[in-house]
Amino acid sequence: MDLLNALVAFLNFVVIPAASYGAQLAVGALGVTLIFGILRFSNFAWGDTMAFGTMVVILVTWLFQSLGISIAPLPTALLALPFAIAITSALLLGTDRVVYRFYRKQKAKPIILVIVSAGVMFVMNGLVRIIIGTEEQNFADGGRFLISAGDFKAWTGLAEGLAIKGTTAVTLVTALLTMAALFWFLQKTRTGKSMRAFSDNEDLALLSGINPDRVVQVTWVIAAALAVIAGTLYGLDKSFRPFIYFSLLLPIFASAVVGGLGSPMGAVAGGFVVAFSEVVVTYAWKKVLTYVLPASLAPDSLMQLLSTDYKFAVSFSILIIVLLFMPNGLFNKGK
Amino acid sequence: MNTRAIYLFAGVGMLYVLTGLLLSWNVSLNILILGLLSAIMALGVNMQWGYAGLFSTGIVGSIALGGLAVVFVSGQPVPEAFAAGGWQAIGGLAVAVAGIAAAVAAWTYMAPGRLRNLAVAVILIGGFFLYRGIFDPAVERIEAFDPATHGNVGGFGLNSIWAWPVGGLFAAIAAWAIGKIALGLREDYLAIATLGIAEIVITAIKSEDWMSRGVKNFVGLPRPWPVPYEVDMQADPGFLAFCANWGLDPMTTSTLSVKGIYIVMFAMVLGILIWLLQRALNSPWGRMMRAIRDNEVSAAAMGKDVKRQHLIIFILGAAVVGMSGAMYVSMLGQLVPGEYTPLRFTFLIWIMVIVGGSGNNWGSVLGGLLVGWLWLIVDNAGPLVMGAITTGMADGPLKAHLVDAAPQLRLLTLGVALLLVLRFSPRGLLPEK
Repeated sequence: MDLLNALVAFLNFVVIPAASYGAQLAVGALGVTLIFGILRFSNFAWGDTMAFGTMVVILVTWLFQSLGISIAPLPTALLALPFAIAITSALLLGTDRVVYRFYRKQKAKPIILVIVSAGVMFVMNGLVRIIIGTEEQNFADGGRFLISAGDFKAWTGLAEGLAIKGTTAVTLVTALLTMAALFWFLQKTRTGKSMRAFSDNEDLALLSGINPDRVVQVTWVIAAALAVIAGTLYGLDKSFRPFIYFSLLLPIFASAVVGGLGSPMGAVAGGFVVAFSEVVVTYAWKKVLTYVLPASLAPDSLMQLLSTDYKFAVSFSILIIVLLFMPNGLFNKGK
Repeated sequence: MNTRAIYLFAGVGMLYVLTGLLLSWNVSLNILILGLLSAIMALGVNMQWGYAGLFSTGIVGSIALGGLAVVFVSGQPVPEAFAAGGWQAIGGLAVAVAGIAAAVAAWTYMAPGRLRNLAVAVILIGGFFLYRGIFDPAVERIEAFDPATHGNVGGFGLNSIWAWPVGGLFAAIAAWAIGKIALGLREDYLAIATLGIAEIVITAIKSEDWMSRGVKNFVGLPRPWPVPYEVDMQADPGFLAFCANWGLDPMTTSTLSVKGIYIVMFAMVLGILIWLLQRALNSPWGRMMRAIRDNEVSAAAMGKDVKRQHLIIFILGAAVVGMSGAMYVSMLGQLVPGEYTPLRFTFLIWIMVIVGGSGNNWGSVLGGLLVGWLWLIVDNAGPLVMGAITTGMADGPLKAHLVDAAPQLRLLTLGVALLLVLRFSPRGLLPEK
C-alpha cells in the first residue's frame, strides 16, 4: 500500500506536471529549432512571439465568451487558436518582409540576426503590453478536472490523490497532435521535404530548384502556429503574464540545444529532458520517501535538491553540460 | 571628436536643457545622473562587443552583482546574525567552490575514461550534499535573527564609495567563471549561456535573503563620500545663510546641489574611463583586439592567443559594468532586486551601444545619454502627452487603457529605433573610424 501511495504521489507531483510542462517546452522548442535550421539564427524574439500569439488567443476567447460561443468542457481558447495563428502568421511574415529579409539577402552573420531579433523582441513586447497590459490574465475556462484528487482517493481508497487537470489533458493531447502533424508534414509532403533539404544543405537545395523564399515563408507560418500553440498551452495551464513569456526563452533554448539546434526530434526530446530535470530537482521528495523508506530512515527535511526559485539554474546547467560535452546535441548526427 | 560628434552631443545637451526648462530641473538632472550611469554601462558593453565582437546578454547580471557589492561593503553590520552562522555560511560556500575546483581538476588531470567520469560525478554529488549540509543550517540561523529588519549577515558598514571597485571585482570574478565556460562556444551560444547566467544571478539576489534580504529589498545604504544629505544641508546654518544671501530656496538648492555633486562624480568616473579606454584602443593592444574581432583566424595565425584575449576583454567589460551597478545602488541607497530585468538592464544597454556606434567610446556615451533620456522622459512626460492626445476622446475604458499603456510605448519606439539604425546606419550615430 505504501509503495502504491508513493507511486501515486510521484505521478501526481512529478510525472504529470513535468509531462505537461515538457509538452509545452517541446512545442516551443520546435519553433526555435525550425527557425534555426532554416533561417540559421537563434530567435530572441521567440518568447514575445509566443506572448503575442497568446494575447490574440485571449482577445478572441473574450470575444467568443461575450458572444456565448463555447465548446465546453474544452476551453474556448482552443477554438480561438486558428484565428490567432492566422494573425500571428501575418505578423511574422510582415516582420520577415520588413526586417529579416534584408539581412538574409546580405548574408549577414548570424550574430547580427540575433541582435536584430532582439530589436523585434522589443517591438513585440511593446505591442503586447500596449494592447493587453502587463497584468496577469486567466483565460482558462472549460472543465477544471478530468480526475480530481478527492474522487481518486474515494475510488481507490489510497491516502494519496491523483489529480489530472483539464488543462493538463488538453496540453498533452494538443501537443501530441501538433507534433504528429508537424512530423508528418516534414516527412511526407513535398514542401516539408524541401524544408529539410534546405536545412541540411542550402546550396544543394537551391541547385535542385527549391524556391528559398517559399521555404522561408512556410517556416514562418509553421513557427507562428507553434508559438501560438505553445504559448496558449502554457497560459491555460499556468497563467498569462507578458514578462513570464520572456523568461521562458531560457528553458526553450535549453530544450532546443539539448536535442541539437536544427533537429525537430531533438527539440521534442529536449523539452521533456529539461522539464523532467527541473521538476525532479526542485520537487520536495519528503512525501514520496516517507512512504518508501522504513520509518527509522524517514527524512526530517524536505529532501529538496534546489528551491523552485532556481528552476532556471537547472535548464542552464543542462544547457552548459550539453554545450561543453556534446556541442551538437543529443540528436544531431556528427557534423 | 569631429564636428558631427559635437553637433550630436550639443543636440543631446539641448534635450536635457529643454527638459529642465519645460518640465523641471530636478527631473532633468535626475535623468542626467542615470544617463551618465548608462553611458558607463554602455562603455563596458562596448568593450565586449565593439572591441572584441562578443555578444553577451548577461549585462543585467553584472549590474546586479555590482549592486550586491554595495550591500556587503556598506550594509549595516549585524554582529548577532554573523555570529549565528556567518563563518559557517562562508565555510559552506568555500566547500562548494572547492568541490567545483576539485571536479575541474579531476576532469583536467585524470586520463579520459569511465574512472574519470565516476570521479567527477562523485566529487560533484558528494560536494553538493556536503555544501548543503554545512550551508543550510547556517542560513536558517542567520535568517531567523530579526527577519523584519535584518535576517541577513550584514555588511562592513563602510562608505559606499568603496563598493564601486568591489562591485567591479564581483562582476569580474563572475565574468571569469562565465568566460571560462562559454567563450569557447559559437557566438549565439554565448548569448544564450550569458542570458542564463544573468537569470541565475538575479534569482540568487532575489531569493538568498541571508545576503541581500531578497524581495524584502535592502534599504538604508549610505551615500558615497562626499555626497551630503539634503536634511543635513537644510539644518546647516552656513548653508542657510548662503541661500538667504543669494535669495535661493534652501529646499530646491539642497536637492539640486546633491544631484549636481552626483553628476560631477559620475562624470569624473566616465571621463577617466574614456581617457583610459581611448589610450587602450590606440595602443598596440587595441589594434590587436580589433584585428582579432575582424578576423580571428588571421589573428591566431599571427600568434595571438584569441581565447585568452577574449577572456581578458570580457572580464574588463564586465568589471566596468559591475562598477556602474555599484554606483547606481550607492546613489539610490537601496537594492531592489525586482528592478533588475533583462529588458531594462541588458537589452536597453545594447540599444545604447548600437545606436551610439559600436566600437566607438564616444558613441557609447552619446547612446547612453540619448537613449537613457528617451527611456526616462517617458516616465515623466508620457502620461502628459498621452493625456493631451486623448483629451478629445470620451472618458471610458479605452481612454484609461491608453493612458495606462503610455509608458509601454517606449519599448515599441526603442525597438523600432534599434531596427532602423541596424538597417540604415549599422555603424551607429558616431561610427568607428
